[in-house]
Amino acid sequence: MTDVVDAGTALGRPIKRKEDARLLHGQTNWTDNIQLPGTVHMAILRSPLAHAKITHLDVSGALAMPNVVAAFGAAELGELNSSVPCVWPVTDDMVAPDFPALAKDTVHHVGDCVAVVLATDAVSAADALEAMSVDYEPLQAVVNMESAISPGSTLVHEDKGTNTCYVYNLGGGYDEKVKEADVVIKRRFINQRLIPAFMEPRSVVAAPMGMSDEITMWTSTQIPHILRLLIALVTGIPENNLRVIAPDVGGGFGGKLQIYREEILVAQLARKLGRPVKWTETRSEDMVATHHGRDQIQDIEIAAKSDGTLVGLKVDLKANMGAYLQIITPGIPLLGMFMYPGIYKMDAYDFQCTGVFTNTTPTDAYRGAGRPESTYAIERIMDELAAELGMEPMELRRKNWIKHEEFPYTTIAGLTYDTGNYELATARALELFDYEGLRAEQKSRRDSGDRVQLGIGISTFTEMCGLAPSRTLGALKYVAGGWEHCTVRVLPTGKVEVITGTSPHGQGHETAWSQIASSILGVPVEDIEVVHSDTGRAPYGMDTYGSRSLAVGGQAIKEASERLVEKARVIAAHQIECSPEDLEYVDGVFQVKGDPEKSQPLGAVAFEAFTAHNLPDGVEPTLSAEATIDPQDFSYPHGTHLAAMEVDTETGKVTVRKYVCVDDVGVQVNPMIVEGQVHGGVAQGIAQALYEGANYDEDGQPQNANLSTYLIPSAPDLPSFITDTTCTPSTTNPLGTKGVGEAGAIASTPAIINGIVDAIRHLGVNDVLMPATPMTVWKTIQAAQGGK
Amino acid sequence: MIPVAFDYKKASSVEDALAALAEGGEDAKLMGGGQSLVPVLRLRLNAPSVVVDCSSIPELKGIKDEGGKIVIGAGTTHHAVMNDPAVKSSLKVLADATASVADPQIRHRGTLGGALAHSDPRADQPPVALALDAEFTIAGATGQRCVAAADFFQGPFETAVGPDEILVSIAFPKLDGWGGHYEKFNRAAQAWSIIGVAAAVRMEGGKIAEARIGLTNVGGTPHRASAVEQALVGASSIAEVEAASMYASDNLSPFADEDADVDYRLHLARVLTARSVAKAAGIS
Repeated sequence: MTDVVDAGTALGRPIKRKEDARLLHGQTNWTDNIQLPGTVHMAILRSPLAHAKITHLDVSGALAMPNVVAAFGAAELGELNSSVPCVWPVTDDMVAPDFPALAKDTVHHVGDCVAVVLATDAVSAADALEAMSVDYEPLQAVVNMESAISPGSTLVHEDKGTNTCYVYNLGGGYDEKVKEADVVIKRRFINQRLIPAFMEPRSVVAAPMGMSDEITMWTSTQIPHILRLLIALVTGIPENNLRVIAPDVGGGFGGKLQIYREEILVAQLARKLGRPVKWTETRSEDMVATHHGRDQIQDIEIAAKSDGTLVGLKVDLKANMGAYLQIITPGIPLLGMFMYPGIYKMDAYDFQCTGVFTNTTPTDAYRGAGRPESTYAIERIMDELAAELGMEPMELRRKNWIKHEEFPYTTIAGLTYDTGNYELATARALELFDYEGLRAEQKSRRDSGDRVQLGIGISTFTEMCGLAPSRTLGALKYVAGGWEHCTVRVLPTGKVEVITGTSPHGQGHETAWSQIASSILGVPVEDIEVVHSDTGRAPYGMDTYGSRSLAVGGQAIKEASERLVEKARVIAAHQIECSPEDLEYVDGVFQVKGDPEKSQPLGAVAFEAFTAHNLPDGVEPTLSAEATIDPQDFSYPHGTHLAAMEVDTETGKVTVRKYVCVDDVGVQVNPMIVEGQVHGGVAQGIAQALYEGANYDEDGQPQNANLSTYLIPSAPDLPSFITDTTCTPSTTNPLGTKGVGEAGAIASTPAIINGIVDAIRHLGVNDVLMPATPMTVWKTIQAAQGGK
Repeated sequence: MIPVAFDYKKASSVEDALAALAEGGEDAKLMGGGQSLVPVLRLRLNAPSVVVDCSSIPELKGIKDEGGKIVIGAGTTHHAVMNDPAVKSSLKVLADATASVADPQIRHRGTLGGALAHSDPRADQPPVALALDAEFTIAGATGQRCVAAADFFQGPFETAVGPDEILVSIAFPKLDGWGGHYEKFNRAAQAWSIIGVAAAVRMEGGKIAEARIGLTNVGGTPHRASAVEQALVGASSIAEVEAASMYASDNLSPFADEDADVDYRLHLARVLTARSVAKAAGIS
């Protein structure tokens, strides 16, 4: 074992993020800031209709416009019109429609790409779009999922003969087991469609680099490494001639875990035209052309004994794929599949998911990706079951959750949760919340018939992070591994490069990764440079999504750093003329145990490794080490979130009065970053509960595809969250970390809705659709009262 | 996004602006703070031949106390209006409604006259102008004319200001000693009003002696709730205020949108009118 410096010196400290200065002062290059000589700007003609035949397309009018260099429809683009790949064929018989970069003869959703124009400036390109001539023959749009899979429905893709993408089954045995139950309740929950709405719109630049056959692509993506591979595969650009760089990226939330048709077009056209091509989307494009999230109909049934003991769970899901399959569209509901049982013990679990095509923007990963949907369903129905049984909702949870002493525990869905302490997190949350006090106030408001009623919403959630063991991904038919890579180099001047395969887009990896390396190398955080998101400088990686970067990538940093110390130890011992075993490594210095005057700092060792004038036999010059880590299993963050919700029964307006969450994300590298992630995640989950929802009319026209009507809450709409953490270290990785990127967004949505329902359950309400707008809540109360 | 190309003329006086409008013809467009026009241009929903920028015309700026009334230059920013001592003391409901407009950045550029002349059915200040019987001074080629608030708002995005005219100032009768409140109901802090109710109330001996009430976003133009105003006279309890406010939905034919259907809007009109009046009157 390496006797490293006390990990506490850098690990676990809430230090400020080193990347923030350049971000906050505008001293960075976003992709749209990149200005290369000779650049042509691309603009895209998009379909205004959800489903239509293109009966006529003539791009020549655009060519006559000032400063226009080229224009292409599918016909002009010819064999450069590559198709967008899906890498997760979830079943052998999954239906996968062709998804060409430019639509060939039919458009399938509003925003579908029809043609492109390239001009020497962005203004001319935008103007030239209007000079194109296109005619459509409208077809009936398929919007509603249940209609789509009814016999006789119009088909989104005529050639496929069906709107069903796939049917996936897991489990079995529920129907037998349910006979032992005293109580069975069924509910339908709707997880509405959401738009990622990251702050920086998508932008991509591709350029032939002249001095070689290399094409360099700068793109606002979460996945430069995966993108390089896929762009190479679909365009035929040799992978070794393609370099992908994700500069500072302004948010993603899964929306930039994608290979987009615009990225393919820009790469192809840069190669064809032999000059740099640039495209930056407008917000209006973003709202219809960036993939969406959620959009599931959840029919869920839960069975229990009269004392509350759970018997089983049955889930029948319909998941909206949208019009096409993007990179992992079909797999998103399956990431949730394992999590429907949540933290609870039960004896049976049946799951079925039907993927459905509609004439809507494709769906794919959005913060939590499948897990928010499953957590919402289980946490909502636990409250409904408690009401049915007349039990306190927390008591029902406590009765059924996995006890601390029962870990590791293999759930009915087949996952083995390594660690957890639901009792501890819940106790702390109840204390911070003043649970009993709020229950008393709730009673007095009910008794007095107060216009404003109070409800308490509970969410005792868990999720799976650390995606993922490569063998597990293989078993799920996902066409890639889940490993992560790190190279650590000490340069001759003693400065350190940590070269990671993760690709941050706002998370603070540069700081956190420096803290991990610093804790092992004993080098100050400020002397460590984290190199990332550039396949030319950081060639190996699986990028950032699914709260995997720390739980997987962090282990690679730890391992590579420890390997580097071992190599340095051998060199240092040679320099000091002692045995490596006689050395201890303290604060970046090798020193002889019991004789610390005899020492070599790491920088001196690095310089020796560089000159290589006097290395021990068999030791290679340069001081670097690398590690590629495949995780042994997932990690399972959990937490208890409590929301006090006020409902104005006269207007239906709801207010989050108090929000408490206690999360267990295992060992924390930087608690300040953890807190920031929790705050942002909770806000985003509240946004689903109360504000956001992308709607289409029956013709497939988006009804609120702009930021004026698609409401995203801001600080004035939210209370100050009260957050705390407990720590039950994960045992599936040596750092003991779990992941925190999605936790808040997964946990908060059901807490909010449970709180609203709890506030007005006495009025006859047992569900509220999301987003719980004032009108929705008011109408729900009216309907319940009318039904009495 | 990128607007269609247009000519730009920065006017230095009202006369200058009128000349530019005349020269530009029917496709010329006036711009105050640009907070409504620029988004429209960027979305290519409008393609004016020339944009006449009025933001630097000195005579359009400023707030004057003219004894019985306060006269506000059309080009005065929301920020200046809501922070003006005379407005705060004599026109509290205007100060309240203005403070609820969008966010601080927008309030520093957007102007009162621009918002009123834009006449967005969801805007917060038109119901105040209507309820308070404001007078609008409009300049045209043949000189200036005065239009009462009741005649100013003519439809969604339509006012008495002609295409070759400029709104110069708005005069509000002072309501010294009156209570005022603007009850804004929206889904998020930075969202448009689903409904807003402007209320100004004069109390005498613990009873409502006079009331002025205007509603926004219950139709194509702001709505004066005259029946409520009359019914409120003499009210001193919350029950009486609520009873009078039941008339708030009279003669309304609101539209339906994602935030509110017709029934819900009518319901909100009644509930929020009562709340706004109660706050303006200090009755709880």
